[in-house]
Amino acid sequence: MNVEKKLELLRQMYTIRIFEEKAEQLYALGKIHGTMHLSIGMEGSAVGAIATLRPDDLILSTHRGHGHCIAKGADLKRMTAEFMGKATGYCRGRGGSMHIADPEGGNLGANGVVGGGIPIAVGVGLSLKMQKRDQVILCFFGDGAANLGPFHEGLNMAAIWKLPVVYVCENNQYAMSCSTRRAFAIQRISDRAAAYGMPGVTVDGNDVMAVYEAVSAAVKRARAGEGPSMVENFTYRWRGHSKSDANVYRTREEIESWKKKCPIKRFRALLIEEGALTEERAKQIEKQSYDAIEAAVTFAEASPEPTLESIEEGVYA
Amino acid sequence: MREITYSEALREALRQEMRRDEHVFIIGEDVGIYGGAFGVTRGLFEEFGEERVIDTPISELGIAGAITGAALTGMRPVGEIMFMDFMTLASEQLVNQAAKIRFMFGGKATLPFVMRTPAGAGTGAAAQHSQSLENWFVHIPGLKVVMPSTPYDAKGLLIASIRDDNPVIFIEHKLLYRVKGPVPEEPYTIPLGAAEIKREGQDLTIVATSVMVQRSLEAAAQLASEGIEVEVVDPRTLKPLDAEPIIRSVMKTGRVLIVHEACKTGGYGGELAALIAESEAFDYLEAPIVRLAGRDMPIPYNRTLEYHAVPQVENIVAKARELAQGRI
Ligand SMILES: Cc1ncc(C[n+]2csc(CCOP(=O)(O)OP(=O)(O)O)c2C)c(N)n1
Ligand SMILES: [Mg+2]
Repeated sequence: MNVEKKLELLRQMYTIRIFEEKAEQLYALGKIHGTMHLSIGMEGSAVGAIATLRPDDLILSTHRGHGHCIAKGADLKRMTAEFMGKATGYCRGRGGSMHIADPEGGNLGANGVVGGGIPIAVGVGLSLKMQKRDQVILCFFGDGAANLGPFHEGLNMAAIWKLPVVYVCENNQYAMSCSTRRAFAIQRISDRAAAYGMPGVTVDGNDVMAVYEAVSAAVKRARAGEGPSMVENFTYRWRGHSKSDANVYRTREEIESWKKKCPIKRFRALLIEEGALTEERAKQIEKQSYDAIEAAVTFAEASPEPTLESIEEGVYA
Repeated sequence: MREITYSEALREALRQEMRRDEHVFIIGEDVGIYGGAFGVTRGLFEEFGEERVIDTPISELGIAGAITGAALTGMRPVGEIMFMDFMTLASEQLVNQAAKIRFMFGGKATLPFVMRTPAGAGTGAAAQHSQSLENWFVHIPGLKVVMPSTPYDAKGLLIASIRDDNPVIFIEHKLLYRVKGPVPEEPYTIPLGAAEIKREGQDLTIVATSVMVQRSLEAAAQLASEGIEVEVVDPRTLKPLDAEPIIRSVMKTGRVLIVHEACKTGGYGGELAALIAESEAFDYLEAPIVRLAGRDMPIPYNRTLEYHAVPQVENIVAKARELAQGRI
């Protein structure tokens, strides 16, 4: 990977982090309502995985999808506007954080239903194959989603039909309060891939380059018509599950120990060590992300609400 | 009488039944140390331990199957599905299995379980976390469907549901969890199939379910100041339905407004309207039977749109006024 691309990945990771910190503040101020799921601490997974794609490739995201959305190149203005329920948002204020989607940009949607995207990926893969398009679909899901029935049906169908799907499991070790130790009788979720006849690997999800390498191989295989793969990114969420989580199911020490494994600091240090980045340039990149988000908030705040007359628009075509 | 919240009333019912009968246990996602997504089971894990307050992986169909199988073999499980929207995932075991096992076995099995789940909009959780799908289950013979609207009813109906020998779908409402009301400390039951007149009046009958009972009572209080006396009837259990009090009320007032949050098309209101039209109350009707229900659309995220997607107090007041004044 060339230096420019590496710096771009760093910029994306900063953007995700700063965006989510901002979203958290706006939520506290009552400017964003409902609920939201922050991926702070997991940026390496979203960025490393999506960096392997061509712009015309597709993703299916999850309830914890802000990072996926940003890495797929979302316009921060329209994204922020959606969080505020504005008419200028990606979903015209209908979706919010948990349903953000940008089909034109290749983001086929976050999902409020855990595992909801796994079978959809089968349909997308099938359609790409039937239309002889050489795109791939990258389907994110959490550790928790791997214990739903649709996971089994989806992975098997993708495998038997050799569909161009890459299943990316973001194993942050918890599904709400339920740790993977309690929810699985196996150590690695990627071990399940073998049961479907697809390759499965587990990588350090806080190492953006490791994620990139593993997902690259899977994308290459999918694009070559050799079928689906699973990549498990082992990581950790720093924040509570959603806005109403008191973190009673894990220890402060555990959370702190993972904060020391920050994927952004780690990548930044690596780039500096490689001589690809200076402290000064890093600060510039961080500031660039920060400014973009400030501009997005200004845009969103000035945007109009959807009109009441339009309330039922979009139910049917 | 002591006042507690709807949520506390549910918890007290669970605690008292678990103390009374060792066959009662709780199973669902994050019901243990987390205390349930809406805090209903908080503290029960500490008292009864992980063997009777069982956290599951995210496996709704598995939870439905687990309570079905456990009930079939002597236990009295109380399952929890975190949001009613995910009852769609649990529905195979509930609809094709649990609801039919007793009948298919020639009456030789009992399935005493309760599946609790919160429905409803109003929290900004958007289209996949806000639905009211009660009628999906009302349509299935073999299931009972309960929808409490007050803390008092929540406790009495939950205890009755746990003691009932049939699969019971117990539908709570997210906006009711914090509503307070008088609740006796001792255990008591409210029979499944007993409607209640929540307010008496002469001019108009409102039949409402769940959170719409509260909104209808507020509307009734406003209308009373205009001299319109509304009678509010709460079926409390949609199945079995206690039709008698509804029919008698309509015979008394001659006018009826049905209010529920679920989408209008295919909603429970259609069933109630047909029931009234088929009954002896038909001859007493002085106006068409009117339904006020959720719009036929998914729940939007935007606050204002969400607010206008389902009936609010002012909508009930306006509709009831029109109906009472003979303008419908
Ligand atoms: C089918 C379904 N069941 C339950 C929920 C409630 N819920 C939302 S996120 C979540 C945990 C998901 O865990 P995981 O898949 O590991 O993703 P993470 O939140 O850790 O990113 C749960 C239980 C849901 N949205 N969908
Ligand atoms: Mg997880």
